[in-house]
Amino acid sequence: MKQGKREIQKYILTILFTGLGFAIAIIENLLFPQISDKANFVKYSIGAFKLDGNDLLRIVLVALIIGYALFGIIDYKDEEKRAGYINKAGFRFAIGVLIGVLDLTGTKLKVLPQPFFPGPAEILNPFLEEGDFILTNTLYSLRLYFFGFLFGVLLGVGTGILIGWFDRVYYWVYPVLKITGVIPAVAWMPFALTLFPTPFISAVFLIVICAWFPIASLTAAGIKSTPKAQYEAAKILGGNAFYQLFHVAIPHAMPQIFTGISTANAFAFTTLVMAEMLGQPGGLGYYINLSKVWSAYYKVFAAILIMAILFSAILKLINRLQDYVLRWQRGIVK
Amino acid sequence: MSEKILTIENVNRFYDDGEHQVEALKDINLELKRGEFVSIIGASGCGKTTLLRLIAGLDEAGNGSIVFKGAQVKEPNYKRGYIFQQHNLFPWLTVENNVASGLKARHVYRKNKDKERIQKYIDLVGVTGFEKSYPHQLSGGMSQRVAIARALINEPELLVLDEPMGALDSFTRADIQDKLLEIRKEKNLTMLLVTHDVDEAIYMSDRIVIMTPRPGKISEIIDVDIPHPRNRGGAEFLTLRRSLLDRFDLANAHPEPEYMI
Ligand SMILES: Nc1ncnc2c1ncn2[C@@H]1O[C@H](COP(=O)(O)OP(=O)(O)OP(=O)(O)O)[C@@H](O)[C@H]1O
Ligand SMILES: [Mg+2]
Repeated sequence: MKQGKREIQKYILTILFTGLGFAIAIIENLLFPQISDKANFVKYSIGAFKLDGNDLLRIVLVALIIGYALFGIIDYKDEEKRAGYINKAGFRFAIGVLIGVLDLTGTKLKVLPQPFFPGPAEILNPFLEEGDFILTNTLYSLRLYFFGFLFGVLLGVGTGILIGWFDRVYYWVYPVLKITGVIPAVAWMPFALTLFPTPFISAVFLIVICAWFPIASLTAAGIKSTPKAQYEAAKILGGNAFYQLFHVAIPHAMPQIFTGISTANAFAFTTLVMAEMLGQPGGLGYYINLSKVWSAYYKVFAAILIMAILFSAILKLINRLQDYVLRWQRGIVK
Repeated sequence: MSEKILTIENVNRFYDDGEHQVEALKDINLELKRGEFVSIIGASGCGKTTLLRLIAGLDEAGNGSIVFKGAQVKEPNYKRGYIFQQHNLFPWLTVENNVASGLKARHVYRKNKDKERIQKYIDLVGVTGFEKSYPHQLSGGMSQRVAIARALINEPELLVLDEPMGALDSFTRADIQDKLLEIRKEKNLTMLLVTHDVDEAIYMSDRIVIMTPRPGKISEIIDVDIPHPRNRGGAEFLTLRRSLLDRFDLANAHPEPEYMI
């Protein structure tokens, strides 16, 4: 009982420690005067409030403190998650301190080369300055990703199954896959732009192409590697070819299909941003390009920040799905 | 007890991989009656698996004929169940779904109607409580039981078993042996069991088929007339055991029975 109480006390300290780094950053931001004259903050009206980049930074930091504290409380119930939370406390503390240090050196003192390395408050500025425009571009990227990746997965898994299952398809399609697969998708860019009616569709095409290769080849490999004994088990039970494909070969290939999907996902992000930078009327890549032309590097960083959050959220989603679909593997693989 | 369920006539099987030709089976003749329990014993490589695979329809015989219930065996059929040496469960399915896969494979699975039935077979083989477990979470013996349940749910008329208990310890083995005998009695199921274990063959069988290698042939078929339940330490049991071991020149390798109960 006493042991449990001490453990709870220690855990509360962990939650406080997690937030402490961000708190230090807030204090630093509040107390340290703006020394350099190269950073100037403008107040923007957001609803009833008037905010500048520094205000937003503090809001974000407070949100992080509250968010991590809530997570800490939720994670307490699950032993595994609790251990993970405790484990990450040090890292999160360091991130908080780092934000403080970057604010100090990047914004307050401006000791880093300008305008290439803006401080965190300046990076948040664009969200106040042109939040709508950023949102529009983010949605454009998301839409592009969604359609491109969805069709890429469908096409990749579909052709992968056909290549793995039918020897004829393997004979004719696999060499094509092998040759086209090694070409970076953006190389098709000029071709895609002339072939398709809108830039959006041509970018979707590029993402489909880049996702197709790893998914199709790994799906095919997974199907092909299905042990004969497993097919025989199905046959003995009365399973026809349909059953053998959908209930033996495909489940067996599932781990490899997901490896393909994860790989393709990384390719898709790259292709997405490249395509946007090379000729799209919108998207985060387009926003980066536009900002670079005006030497507005703080906006470039703002876009990078969104990408980091967005892409890791997507990655997390895929991992969740993978964990669910491959739950039967838990304990077999580490 | 007299209806013929399986007739094997003059079956031969060659393997030819270019370099060597193996006469895996030569002139095999065997008849199984409904409800009979027959064991096959013989040295490694004498063609036992080859024969079972032909019966199951997984491979085709070179010549001769295998007739199951009046029809030539051409391909696998759920009426002839097969228990593999390795349990061969689907690793991505839970125990209950593995058992259900017998029905699902034939597209006769009905969720509400068959729930009880699946549970019945899970209980029958004694893996109750592990319905939601995945195969890798089971011991070898439990996996083999699930494999048996999966084969039985299709209500086969003939069940062939290829050394299903080879890798199991003697307690688990004795347990599954009794289960199989129980099932056989209840369902009047015909069983053909390949085993390396002479005791197992005597304990379970109505007849024991002895095969010899190169070429794989049936050398002898022995009737076992000991009443059930058989006592592994009984006089008749031990006499038969000794005479079987003598045939394999193994009498001195195993001076004592493995099971003294
Ligand atoms: N696919 C194959 N290709 C070539 N030869 C084979 C093949 N399968 C089996 N054989 C040969 O046929 C013979 C019989 O093999 P089989 O697997 O039926 O033996 P077995 O009696 O089941 O042996 P064990 O008790 O070791 O399982 C062996 O000599 C083996 O080498
Ligand atoms: Mg064998």
